[in-house]
Formats: sequence, C-alpha cells, structure tokens
Amino acid sequence: MANLDLTQYLDYALIAMLVVVGIAIIRMKNLFAIVMLTGTYSLLSAAWFVSLDAVDVAFTEAAVGAGISTVLMLGAMLLTARDCKPEGKARHIVALLVVVITGAALLYALGDMPIYGDPNSPVNAYVGMDYVAMTPNDINVPNIVTAVLASYRGFDTLGETFVVFTAGLGVALLLGLGGRKEEEN
Amino acid sequence: MIGYLDFVIALALAGAMAVMLTRLCLGPSLYDRILAVNSFGTKTVLFLSVFAIMVGRADGVDIALLYALINFIATIAILKFFRYRSLDVALSQMTKRIDQVEGGQ
Repeated sequence: MANLDLTQYLDYALIAMLVVVGIAIIRMKNLFAIVMLTGTYSLLSAAWFVSLDAVDVAFTEAAVGAGISTVLMLGAMLLTARDCKPEGKARHIVALLVVVITGAALLYALGDMPIYGDPNSPVNAYVGMDYVAMTPNDINVPNIVTAVLASYRGFDTLGETFVVFTAGLGVALLLGLGGRKEEEN
Repeated sequence: MIGYLDFVIALALAGAMAVMLTRLCLGPSLYDRILAVNSFGTKTVLFLSVFAIMVGRADGVDIALLYALINFIATIAILKFFRYRSLDVALSQMTKRIDQVEGGQ
C-alpha cells in the first residue's frame, strides 16, 4: 500500500504544524492573534482527521471548531481586554504539575492501546464486524459509516445534530438576519 | 495506483500552509493575521481536495466545500468585529458606521 505510506508523511506534516500552533498559542500575548491561532488549530486538526479517515469527526470539527468557536471567542473578546496579563510563578508550577501528571497517566495508558490496524483489536473484532456484515441487509446504504451514524447510533447522532444546530444559530447570530429594529445611533 | 504526483502536490500545499503559519505567528499587524488565516483556510480547502483525489475517496471534497463556507463565515465575523466592535449589527444596518476603525494592535 504505497498510498498509505505517503499519507503517513502528510500526517506528520500536519501534526508538526499542530505542535507549532500550540506553542505559538502559549507564547502569544495578544488575544486576537490567539483567537486566530485557535481557529487555525481547528482547521489543521480537522484536516488531520480527514487524513485519518474520520470524516464525520472532521465535519463536526470544521463546522464548530473553525467557524463558530472563532465567532464565540470574538464575542467573548468584546467583553474583556485585548491583551493578557502575566500570572504569578506559583500558578505556573501548579499548571505544570497538572500537565505532567496528566501526560504521565496518558503515556502509561498508551501501553495498553492495540497497534494501529491490528485485526484482533476490540475495534476490529466485535461489533464492528457485525456492522460490516449486517448493514447491506439492515439498512442497504453503501457507506457503512453513514449507516452506523444515522441508524445504529442514531441517538448519538441526534446529540451531534444539536451541536450542528448550535452552529447554525451562530451563523444566524452573525449575519443578524432580522436583527434589532431600533434606530439609536 | 500510486499517486506520487498527488503526493508531491499535497506536500507542496502543506509547505504553503506552513508559510502562512509563519506569517500568522510573526505578523506584525492584525490585518496580516486576518489575511494569513483566510489564506490558510484556502490552502486547507485545496489540501483536502488533493488529499481526497490522492486517496481516491469522494468524501473529502464535501469536507473541502464545508471548509470553504466556514472560512467565509469566520472572515466576515472578524471583519465585523473590527468595524463595528459588536457582532450584534444586522445586515440591514451595515451601511452605518458605528465607530472608527482602529488600525494596528
């Protein structure tokens, strides 16, 4: 699978850019630039999700993360200052401690993860195979991911639909269709 | 099918994204950053389209289309933010200018 190998390098490039954006967000003092960078972070991670074949996750990430959260962040910026103030050293140490402990726990858990593409992993062994086998009879949709999302896990998708609805509300808010009619200024 | 050409194009687009990212991080003025974000979004749309062709899956083009739309929304929100200092202005009142645009940071 030469194509698989090649997409791997694109994954590395995207992840490297994610790391750069993350560090830039930490170093930056200007809040507006940080809002821009978080939008870019969402775009990048959604592109990465696409390259990992998680198209549905990428769809939600692009709609909510890149578009609406940028709008919400800008709305929040209207209520606060434009720059951030430096914090005391004590808080830095507490934050570092929390991050190190969480990172150590995640690394510890990483040892139990199955290898990527392992046919005996839980993802590929139990219910996933049933979906593949039963979708043609049960639902008769060519795309199995769609069948799983819209039928087998319908309630889960209903929750996601609420999220997308919120995104639509954000767009309506932004364009201000109708809007206020009073003529103050 | 080995899509080396597709891969090279995708890699070049990733490089262009990296350049935009540099401008986004360094960009002295806010308008540099807005432009960089907008251009970065366009590069992402192109990247996803090329990626979809490279892998041979049509789904990626849907995502690319969604990106193009979302990118537009975000840019409008940012520009509205700068011009009106509020996201609450209706389209019908957009011609009126509430306060002066402040350049720089």
